[in-house]
Amino acid sequence: MADLSVNIAGVPFKNPIITASGCFGFGKEYEKLYPLSKLGGISLKGTTLEERAGNPAPRIAETPAGMLNSVGLQNPGIDHFLKYDLPYLKDKDTVLIANIAGHSVEDYCEVAEKVSDSDIDMVELNISCPNVKSGGLAFGVSCQSAGSIVKAVRSRCKKPLIVKLSPNVTDITEIARAVEAEGADSVSLINTLLGMRIDIQTRRPVLKNNVGGLSGPAVFPVAVRMVWQVKQAVGIPVIGMGGIATWKDAVEMMMAGADAIQIGAALFSDAYTPLKVAEGMNAWLDEQGIRHVSEIVGQVKPW
Amino acid sequence: MSYQQGLYPIIEKTAIAKNTYSFTILAQEIAEMAKPGQFVHVKCKGYFLRRPISICEIDRKKGTLRIVFEIRGEGTEALSHLNVGDVVDMLAPLGNGFDILEPDKKAVVIGGGIGVPPMLEVAKQYQNPMAILGFRSASAVILEQDFKQYGRAAVSTDDGSYGRRGFVSDILNDYLKEETPDIIYACGPAPMLKVLKQIAKEHGVRLQVSLEERMGCGIGACLVCACRTKKDGKESMSHVCKDGPVFEAEEVQF
Repeated sequence: MADLSVNIAGVPFKNPIITASGCFGFGKEYEKLYPLSKLGGISLKGTTLEERAGNPAPRIAETPAGMLNSVGLQNPGIDHFLKYDLPYLKDKDTVLIANIAGHSVEDYCEVAEKVSDSDIDMVELNISCPNVKSGGLAFGVSCQSAGSIVKAVRSRCKKPLIVKLSPNVTDITEIARAVEAEGADSVSLINTLLGMRIDIQTRRPVLKNNVGGLSGPAVFPVAVRMVWQVKQAVGIPVIGMGGIATWKDAVEMMMAGADAIQIGAALFSDAYTPLKVAEGMNAWLDEQGIRHVSEIVGQVKPW
Repeated sequence: MSYQQGLYPIIEKTAIAKNTYSFTILAQEIAEMAKPGQFVHVKCKGYFLRRPISICEIDRKKGTLRIVFEIRGEGTEALSHLNVGDVVDMLAPLGNGFDILEPDKKAVVIGGGIGVPPMLEVAKQYQNPMAILGFRSASAVILEQDFKQYGRAAVSTDDGSYGRRGFVSDILNDYLKEETPDIIYACGPAPMLKVLKQIAKEHGVRLQVSLEERMGCGIGACLVCACRTKKDGKESMSHVCKDGPVFEAEEVQF
């Protein structure tokens, strides 16, 4: 048995596998299939200060090797989450990451403050949701706005702070450096890539929101490239995600520079993906004679 | 609600109409848990997302499920190429299912097109059910004889090539002149369900509808299959996979 444990910003994870925000709800539904304790952590559904109804349906469209979504941050609001959802989660023996989003800097700060006094282990700041007009992406696409929101939240958030980065930028490494400079404890990437599909019969976009975020294996090479670039640009831990569907993908992402990984869309193809990734990764490490998973992080040998 | 994901063998396959297939699948544990109106979430080889398909029949003794699906796109086409002996990757049974009353109650089941299959297992729960089945044309008619095994069945087609020319709502309106059912169940295109909601309301009869929406996870985690509902005066976004697919018609905001 290889040692799969990792440490991100002072928080110990039993394995580097985290379910991605928006794909795992608040855990209840997948717990009917397996115990949540099998997971290194859960990045919970993006939560805002007030309840949000989200966008009209259809909110999903299939694509070659992936999907588009335009959920639009539907969530019950932070107070409801803390009162009704978190108590259920707190004894599940897995790291709980609150993913927070908002309309304004003040929104983010208030949510971060509320979460600071809870049983949440870490906060993931979503400044990269492409599906709501002011749902974060506006903050995530310039160094100045990304830096200033991280600075503001950092001063009011008592939990380790992960900043989730958007790939819809010219140079993701600049944004990563900016958030690191303002006190981010870790970065996670990539959020979805903005995309679109059109029904040629009706000439209508498949998504009612017209555009949505692309995820799934289709985005994996983009994610690997961005994680590799960001790893070289920052000193804080990097959490890699974007299209991971197999243990081989997870190993590749870690070799690119990810200290831990997140699994999202692949859950919809196979609900057991996180468990299969953990098993496969463990078997491969044993076969390679590698005792600790962290030994592979960033070990790609570029030409 | 309990469900599981696994590989289950097809033990019977029939083409029951043009581009419409019936699979009987051996899945003991799912058959034990399944209720009328629930669905299975099926992986189609080569396609990323699962396809939700309603359960047509449940046989607990044999440990089998029957699903009937129409080829709608490339995913369901790939599914249609599976044969007896092949396995289906399913996450099931999902959703809430219909509320079933005592067997001697008077129930009407209404299906439109590929909304017909889930009504069969509902009809089987009643001693003398009335089925109203609507199709585009004669070539699309499915399961009429199956419904007649368990009760009455009336068929309409849009073009009049089989049964009564017109819509299921025409047959229902005539039926309601003679009889008052305890409950109506329906599955089909949204415009059909919207009309039925109005008719049921006028007659003061309870109507449960099964909705369809593009889905992701199928279990209520990803929140993509949203539909607008209104309960106790409060409007909200419900999810077809977990809160449904069956809703009280009066709650659905079509």
